[in-house]
Amino acid sequence: MVQAVNDGLKSIMREDDSVLVLGEDVGPKGGVFLATEGLTSEFGEDRCFDTPLSEDGIIGVGVGLAMNGMKPVCEIQFQDFIFPAFDQIVSEAAKMRYRSGGQYTVPMVIRTPYGGGIRGGLYHSQSGEAYFAHTAGLKVVVPSTPYDAKGLLISSILDPDPVIFLEPKALYRAFREDIPEGMYTVDLSTTRDVLPGDDAVIFCYGAMVPVATEAARRIKESRNKDARVVDLRTLMPLDEDAVLQAARDCGRIVIVQEAPRFCGYGSELSAMIAEHAVEYLEAPIKRVTGFDTPFPNTLENYYLPDARRVTDAVEEVLDF
Amino acid sequence: MVSPVAWSFDSLSFGMSEALQIIDPSGKKVGSAPRLKKEALLAMYRAMVRTRAFDDRCMKLQRTGKIGFSVPNKGIEATSVGAAAALDITTDWVAPHYRDFGIPIFHGVQSVEMMDNMFGNVDDSAVGRQMPVHFSFDRPLKYLSISSPLGTQIPQAVGVAMAMKRQKELGICLTTFGDGSTNTLGFHSGMNFAGVYGAPVVFLCQNNGWAISCPVEKQTASEGFAVKGEAYGIPGVTVDGNDVLAVYRVVSEAIKRARAGEGPTLIEAVTFRMGGHSTSDDPSKYVDPQEFVEWEGRCPIRRFRAYLTSEGKMAEEEADAIKVEAEAEMMAAAKEAEAKPVPSLDTIFTDVYAEVPPHLHAQSDFAIGHYSSRGEGVNEKGEFPL
Ligand SMILES: Cc1ncc(C[n+]2csc(CCOP(=O)(O)OP(=O)(O)O)c2C)c(N)n1
Ligand SMILES: [Mg+2]
Repeated sequence: MVQAVNDGLKSIMREDDSVLVLGEDVGPKGGVFLATEGLTSEFGEDRCFDTPLSEDGIIGVGVGLAMNGMKPVCEIQFQDFIFPAFDQIVSEAAKMRYRSGGQYTVPMVIRTPYGGGIRGGLYHSQSGEAYFAHTAGLKVVVPSTPYDAKGLLISSILDPDPVIFLEPKALYRAFREDIPEGMYTVDLSTTRDVLPGDDAVIFCYGAMVPVATEAARRIKESRNKDARVVDLRTLMPLDEDAVLQAARDCGRIVIVQEAPRFCGYGSELSAMIAEHAVEYLEAPIKRVTGFDTPFPNTLENYYLPDARRVTDAVEEVLDF
Repeated sequence: MVSPVAWSFDSLSFGMSEALQIIDPSGKKVGSAPRLKKEALLAMYRAMVRTRAFDDRCMKLQRTGKIGFSVPNKGIEATSVGAAAALDITTDWVAPHYRDFGIPIFHGVQSVEMMDNMFGNVDDSAVGRQMPVHFSFDRPLKYLSISSPLGTQIPQAVGVAMAMKRQKELGICLTTFGDGSTNTLGFHSGMNFAGVYGAPVVFLCQNNGWAISCPVEKQTASEGFAVKGEAYGIPGVTVDGNDVLAVYRVVSEAIKRARAGEGPTLIEAVTFRMGGHSTSDDPSKYVDPQEFVEWEGRCPIRRFRAYLTSEGKMAEEEADAIKVEAEAEMMAAAKEAEAKPVPSLDTIFTDVYAEVPPHLHAQSDFAIGHYSSRGEGVNEKGEFPL
């Protein structure tokens, strides 16, 4: 996936010279995950540049660049380090269009790796999508495949609003997929059915997509039941119709997120389904989530939802 | 680097750009050495060698897949140990950077306790919650829990120091951080608050030339880092960070000022990161190999050894023995830490709050039930990229 991100950046930078990449170590080193490898050599230091160690600076400068004709793609090295820039994101980027009545806008993308799976402990593992999805004015996108990563990234860069683009670092090198060369887009605010089915539905995104898919396979094997797996891809604005349709079609619902449970993204999903599709439900909605604790290191594999936890939840809704 | 021989704090000027040096790279005395007993000098030397040995051992452990991560400390031994030696740990606290193994090592934190953290085992004071090198100790010295988000310790040090002042304690707080970390909000708020409140803090910036792959020139347009004190009304001094006596001297003077109620000092220790940023980083992509060769010639340990032997404070055989002992100590510590089990599952849920609230009790019960019934092992794989 990390190569798809790199390819997406190169493809759009070749087409549009207002696209700039900035962040810590994104230049000659190519980023700590190599997502920006080769950009400085191909496009020069003007278009892909290392910044001082200041997330607040990276995003604040990104907002300024965006207001004045550029399309900045800011990299925050780990989502865990985004908080010094929270003010610029939440108070500024998110609200600029609103508070200026559309005079000033921030067509900016903030790319950042999120989530567990690399033994990164408290501060190289967190999943903060709920903070951003909660903030009006921000779009939140989470790819789970190389194809989507490239297409969604290009769509995000072309989008007129600020987009938080959360890259599941656990999937950066998880599997290979051939993807088209050059420019292509995947529409924001669309979901993707990973597996068909109408005995139950598992809603998921990012690094939890392969986990949910594995659980659905196990259910097929053990029960011969078909659990639909829906990759949400864009958390805000969500394709609510697709979510509600899947909920109505299946009636048994499992939501998977690796972020903590309380006020997590799954809380919103389950409220939405309860409000709009309760009459179709055959069982209580079940959430499989990270625990409401900081992210541990040695025990990270006990913290992260795994296929067994998801399988158990699907069995529970099937058996209800 | 120039060395003003008659250097003293009185001659300190804001943003003094020549670095104080007492021992030159060949081990020759070129400045006035602090008056230290032979035992104290040997304790410093031993801590530097043990710091190197701990670092080497961790690198080996990482390369053989026994631990996930480490941060090379090679080259920083004089800065860490020189500063540590200036502290009085009965009163003083440290709000540290991660690249500072020498401070706890000098002050008698046991090497196995540090190794426990590298393995994240059951005895790790951070309870296996943090990545390796994120130490936290409260004895024998107050060495505050290290955070990954950079610069956060800097204003905290100011708060600790303000509390000392308020409680009429004589202590000071030393905070250490890298050159890159001077760009953080924490650095600027910390410096400003310390200046305004005259807090008894010593700011020690380890200028090792790099913040991962970003050289100092990409981090700041100012002439070095000591000069950054000026805008906050804080005196700034530069010291040769590979000269343990010079670091000791400057930090001691800064501590004396702080204790005397004369306020904070910013110290820039000029040194070099003699390796990658971490075990996940390949510096050959961006560091000119010639730089490593040059800085190898300024090795803080070789320099101090040459000084001590030429001054008749240490025999060559003694120096050799210290090295052999240190390496054996670290190997044994690693073995001991490796043999210990991982923390128990319930430690995911404790220490979130003073008391475990009901919802975490429920989650803890779930986790214990779920995993003990399945007996699924922990997958230890996963490479850390940074
Ligand atoms: C707020 C924040 N941003 C980014 C990072 C990622 N990161 C870890 S170390 C590092 C470089 C630090 O450089 P410096 O302060 O000079 O310390 P050094 O590693 O050289 O000792 C970066 C960018 C982080 N840990 N925290
Ligand atoms: Mg540095």
